[in-house]
Amino acid sequence: MTKPRRKLVEVRNLKMYFPIHAGVLRRHVGDVKAVDDVSFDIFEGETLGIVGESGCGKSTCGRAVLRLYDITDGSIKIDGVEIGSKSQSALRKLRPTMQMVFQDPQASLNPRMTVAGIIGEPMDEHTDWSKARKLERIYELMDAVGLNRNFVNRYPHSFSGGQRQRIGIARALALNPKFIICDEPIAALDVSIQAQVVNLLEELQDRLGLTYMFISHDLSMVRHIADRVAVMYLGKFIELAPRDALYAEPLHPYTQALLSAVPDPDPASEERVERIILKGDVPSPANPPQGCNFCNRCPKVMDICREIDPEFRELESGHFVACHLYNDAGQTGASRHEHTQQGEDA
Amino acid sequence: MLETSEPVLQVQGLKTLFNTRSGNLHAVNSVSFNLQAGELLGVVGESGSGKSVTMMSLIGLLPTPPAEVQAGSVMFGGQDLLKLSQRSLQNLRGRDIGFVFQDPMTSLNPVFTVGFQIMEPLRRHMGMNKSEAQARAIELLDLVGIPDARRRLKDFPHQFSGGMRQRVMIAIALACDPKVLIADEPTTALDVTIQAQILELVKELRQKLGMAIIWITHDLGVIAGIADRVMVMYGGQVVEYGPVREVFANPAHPYTRALMTTVPSVRGARAPKLNVIEGQPPILSQHPIACPFRARCPKAFDRCGRENPARYDVAPGHDAACFWDYQTGAPR
Repeated sequence: MTKPRRKLVEVRNLKMYFPIHAGVLRRHVGDVKAVDDVSFDIFEGETLGIVGESGCGKSTCGRAVLRLYDITDGSIKIDGVEIGSKSQSALRKLRPTMQMVFQDPQASLNPRMTVAGIIGEPMDEHTDWSKARKLERIYELMDAVGLNRNFVNRYPHSFSGGQRQRIGIARALALNPKFIICDEPIAALDVSIQAQVVNLLEELQDRLGLTYMFISHDLSMVRHIADRVAVMYLGKFIELAPRDALYAEPLHPYTQALLSAVPDPDPASEERVERIILKGDVPSPANPPQGCNFCNRCPKVMDICREIDPEFRELESGHFVACHLYNDAGQTGASRHEHTQQGEDA
Repeated sequence: MLETSEPVLQVQGLKTLFNTRSGNLHAVNSVSFNLQAGELLGVVGESGSGKSVTMMSLIGLLPTPPAEVQAGSVMFGGQDLLKLSQRSLQNLRGRDIGFVFQDPMTSLNPVFTVGFQIMEPLRRHMGMNKSEAQARAIELLDLVGIPDARRRLKDFPHQFSGGMRQRVMIAIALACDPKVLIADEPTTALDVTIQAQILELVKELRQKLGMAIIWITHDLGVIAGIADRVMVMYGGQVVEYGPVREVFANPAHPYTRALMTTVPSVRGARAPKLNVIEGQPPILSQHPIACPFRARCPKAFDRCGRENPARYDVAPGHDAACFWDYQTGAPR
């Protein structure tokens, strides 16, 4: 990580709202703020992990970054090219650099197409290669993801979940992308198969210099694969930090609770861990609470949290957090000190 | 909490087949285990390892055909559950043995209120009248931590969040004070912070009510946190069984060992590369005459392809089904 780091992806103030229409006239009565003012960078060759619970907007964020949606507002630069405002037809030419691996390998592969058809489709769309050249590339990709070449004419149903995910990865790699968004790529797989797919992704990253945005709800797997990790809650980034800093000393109360809630496969560590049990459920993103989104569940809530939404700011180098506990200004200065002390003890 | 006298549930040599068009599937093969009063038995395994089918076979919840319980005995309260009529089983389910299933949305009926669904077992099994059942239902919702219980009785399942629905399921399962609670992946569909709430609730309820629990999961972390004993299943068989601490400290089956190293930890040391169990889980259509794990096993040798290993005692109360002995580092 000492080499000069170039920003491959720059996202600024990304907003993705889904309108709610109600009544006979289907009037616009509000928005589901699935992604609400999110800014981050992804450096070349790194893996940025995005974690959060269901409904926090992590998948929507991933899809919005690739412009699979027409975003509400914000700027997205991939490899120096602004794509936030481009039309879908103009985006089409840029698609080869950015690809996606989806969660459900069953649903994201066309059951009527053979493996050759699926992996070859991006080449049909974006290249004018000859049939032979395409087939050669398909074989090359199958080797790269560990699929037997003899299966090239089989259909997705004759593969297991892990193998199907490999087909999905091969398809994403077909056009030599620089940036791949992996949206819960292992969530549908068994534990013993998860490790196979994660190792494959890591190996491909080393070999091809890929940059990943790895979206997952599995905090332990993200700790394994990511270089930096962002935590989302109700459409916002609440903490973003290098992996070791985040897992060793989480700053935001939500991150602390989230990490403490993950069960560890070790009875001794399970006995020692002090769980922070959050009360209640995540509020609806259509109607978030006033002030900080987390204020109604936060064990360290203060008066200011119910009034003002905390700013997402850099506290230490590379460690961003959105929480009033860490605002030096005013009444909250004292609690910041006390809080870091606790963090060090843990 | 371990080593009490008489087990509440004794399962011996349970075998379940599925008759399918392409032949028989040996879903559960000679599964034996005991459940002690008041203990929590964690059952771990991947999908298709037979953990759910085992528990469904116990209490006659599998549709027959295609399923067929071929052999074995399940002793509960002095009778063999496999010999009981459907009617007697119906009287038993929900009263003596409670269930919580994985997905609380599909296991609650969307057209009835939550109150109706909690009161149903009370009225059927305990012969309560409506007002008694209602009072008990409120008590139960309180017990599982649903605020404003009286008003919530009139709500429908869709008005509850996932975690709250799972609490309702637990309330229904606890309604008749069962001796045994079978929970099949009850937290898998939930987020981690909600899972932590439910696990905390179960720990608390165990202390209050003292029932025995069978907890099915694929998450070793959950097992480490709540179970007294653990049973690891693979390919329809029990491959390891023992007290939680003992099994985690001294796993004797290569599958258990591999399982523990493929899962990254959130608090422990971070391994630079994940350990991988190569290959795929077994297809259960062959007759189980050899060890189901042999094709993926780092320790496999010729005997594993010829015989299916029987469970042997590794330590008191801890057994494993394997020909390899990690203590001597040689085949047994």
